[in-house]
Amino acid sequence: MDKKQKQFIQGICKSVGNDRTRLMDVVRAVQAQYGCVCSDSVEWIAEALSLHRVEVESQVSFYAFLSGEPKGKTVIRLCNDVIDILNGAEKVAAVLSEELGIPVGGVTADGAISLEWTPCIGMSDQAPAALVNDVVVTNLDSDKARAIARQVKAKRPAADLVRTLGDGNNAHDLVKAMVYNNIRQKGPVIFDVFESGTALRKALAMSPAEVIRDVKTSRLRGRGGAGFPTGMKWDFTRQANGSARYVVCNADEGEPGTFKDRVVLTEYPDLLFEGMTIAGYAIGAEVGILYLRGEYAYLQAFLEKVLAERRRLGLLGKNVCGKDGVVFDIRVQMGAGAYVCGEETSLLSSLEGLRGDPKNRPPFPAQKGYLGCPTVVNNVETFCCAARILDKGPGWFAQMGSKGSPGTKLLSVSGDCTRPGVYEVPFGIKVQDLLKLVGANDAGAVQVGGPSGVMIGPADYGRTICYDDLGTGGSIMVFSAERDILDIVRRFNEFFVEESCGYCTPCRVGNLLVKEVLARICSGKGEPADLEYLQSLGQVMKVTSRCGLGQTACNPVLSTLKNFRPAYEKLVKADKDGFKPAFDIKAALCEAEAIAGRPSEHFSH
Amino acid sequence: MAKPKVATASLAGCFGCHMSILDIDERILQLIDLVDFNKSPIDDIKEFTDRCAVGLIEGGCCNEENVRVLRDFRKHCDVLIAVGECSMMGGLPAMRNAVPLKECLHEAYLGGPTVYNPTKIIPGDKELPLLLDKVYPIQSVVKVDYFLPGCPPPADTIWQALVALLNNKPLELPYELIKYD
Repeated sequence: MDKKQKQFIQGICKSVGNDRTRLMDVVRAVQAQYGCVCSDSVEWIAEALSLHRVEVESQVSFYAFLSGEPKGKTVIRLCNDVIDILNGAEKVAAVLSEELGIPVGGVTADGAISLEWTPCIGMSDQAPAALVNDVVVTNLDSDKARAIARQVKAKRPAADLVRTLGDGNNAHDLVKAMVYNNIRQKGPVIFDVFESGTALRKALAMSPAEVIRDVKTSRLRGRGGAGFPTGMKWDFTRQANGSARYVVCNADEGEPGTFKDRVVLTEYPDLLFEGMTIAGYAIGAEVGILYLRGEYAYLQAFLEKVLAERRRLGLLGKNVCGKDGVVFDIRVQMGAGAYVCGEETSLLSSLEGLRGDPKNRPPFPAQKGYLGCPTVVNNVETFCCAARILDKGPGWFAQMGSKGSPGTKLLSVSGDCTRPGVYEVPFGIKVQDLLKLVGANDAGAVQVGGPSGVMIGPADYGRTICYDDLGTGGSIMVFSAERDILDIVRRFNEFFVEESCGYCTPCRVGNLLVKEVLARICSGKGEPADLEYLQSLGQVMKVTSRCGLGQTACNPVLSTLKNFRPAYEKLVKADKDGFKPAFDIKAALCEAEAIAGRPSEHFSH
Repeated sequence: MAKPKVATASLAGCFGCHMSILDIDERILQLIDLVDFNKSPIDDIKEFTDRCAVGLIEGGCCNEENVRVLRDFRKHCDVLIAVGECSMMGGLPAMRNAVPLKECLHEAYLGGPTVYNPTKIIPGDKELPLLLDKVYPIQSVVKVDYFLPGCPPPADTIWQALVALLNNKPLELPYELIKYD
């Protein structure tokens, strides 16, 4: 058995050329085969890839989908995103737990099934949802949960859980998912008919410098959320010195409440790959990598097929579109469940076969990115926009949207509305118009940009969605007036506590301090000074954290302190003597009284 | 006009911060001109006799008496200042916070390798204040207005803070006085 396992591991390592930067592929394969990466496996992997043990161990311990301890043959990962929770995920968890006879976080005694929580899996428009191994199950309720548990217990393959297939390519032979696209509003940039090769041929007819000029003229800005001018990024990368250049597509759509890339990858993969190929031509790269989040593994085979088809058509490979000397190909790199890997420098670490730790910037990826070489890292949607710009012209693109934010934006809308799904809207749309569009008549709060974004109330519904006002990578969560704002904030905070990589103190400790103070306030023991403390703590996290995760982790608190202050103020009360209401002298003395066998002399009860 | 009154106390501290107060050397004479001491180990007044402008607290809260004294300070002082690491963060005494109280007492009075205790009694006389479940920084127990970090804070830091406060001037500490490495 051991010998067989060793051979399996050696085989896997060999298949990636014993290249240490492909460690992720190796550990994923071992995890899939044996349900964990055990101590022996670590040893054999380290040996084959010439690594230290600890390098393999730290990889395994970092990612949620990898484990050193055995997990069940079938792993049920129930999404605990706030939208899923509000739609009854806890009830689903209780049913699963009862049926399987294990708590969430447990493994059945026979080692067959494990049940755990996982952060947003990109299905907020059909929540509650879960992953059963790689299979997505959506719109769960108690009955469905019971059926799933029984089927899994009967050792039926996870794929059998899918009874009815979703729309579009979700029904494709290589996808076969029950996921629905929920495209609610089409637009001219992304959700429009696209014929493979049209944009690429136009780009190849120009010089790389002219391609970059067009992207610059279009004033396209990064769709991941930060909004950096894409043309400028491509230009920097092109001009940077390096032995090779790379194009990386960030499809690690981890921001809770975002699922637009899922739909693009399902329905418009050609548009994306065309955009990546154009970027490759523009900056002089020969390799493109699509970093696909582990949660979207169900799309991997389909995307590989699309890539194979593009190679067959001459749209990838040597002499792209018959143009001499233009070489470009794309591979898919799977992630393994880590929110922080959506941050571009963490993503690059992950691509290099390391823990998904953020790197210092500068140097920016455009100077030193993947393997130290100049690298363009863009969001899925950004590449799609670029392809369309090359096809239809920069002027066509620039005249849409608002002044500082040209073009359209894909919004993933979820929560308390009648039509959750993906909307392609022109930039500059007012929040109130969007709410009308999605059927949210009773919105008490809207979270723009996911947990790392801001929460606004009705007073701000006249504001616009664009980089100059309310920026977003695409997540829009709608909460009805009945929802408890602080409960939502606490769930967002829990998410950041979980997902902080722990590298820097402001983020690792700051999020926990926020958690403590919020718990104090919600238990009725808070005081006005706690609100000032939260404010200053949030500011410290913003200014001193190492990467975007920590810098934005306190946004739910900061934005609700600003926009929903009464929700906090009605819970806090100042003590007239200046004593801290949260300090409970009775509880603090309980232990000592028991040991001494007498009551306190100073504080009579 | 009567001089403003100052009170000081050492809770779960080592009196190092009080030593640092005395370390202002001959300026202690200026200080006496500037203020009257009320409840403080410096003049050995045990209980407050009057309301004070400033209270200086060294050390965190490790037992019930600390809590009583601290609350007494909060009630009697207009401005309360945490002096030193232990008051602000618990300091060395807080090292016990990771160990349950029962185990701490067992190690100290029964099980420790150098313990000689033939009666096997853990001291529990009513005169002895009961220990809290853990050591608390003082801002966890009462509202604190200012913090002077350090172990101990240098005499000059304490001096400048007091002078600024009593003269109603903004406190400007040079880098050397707030640098601890």
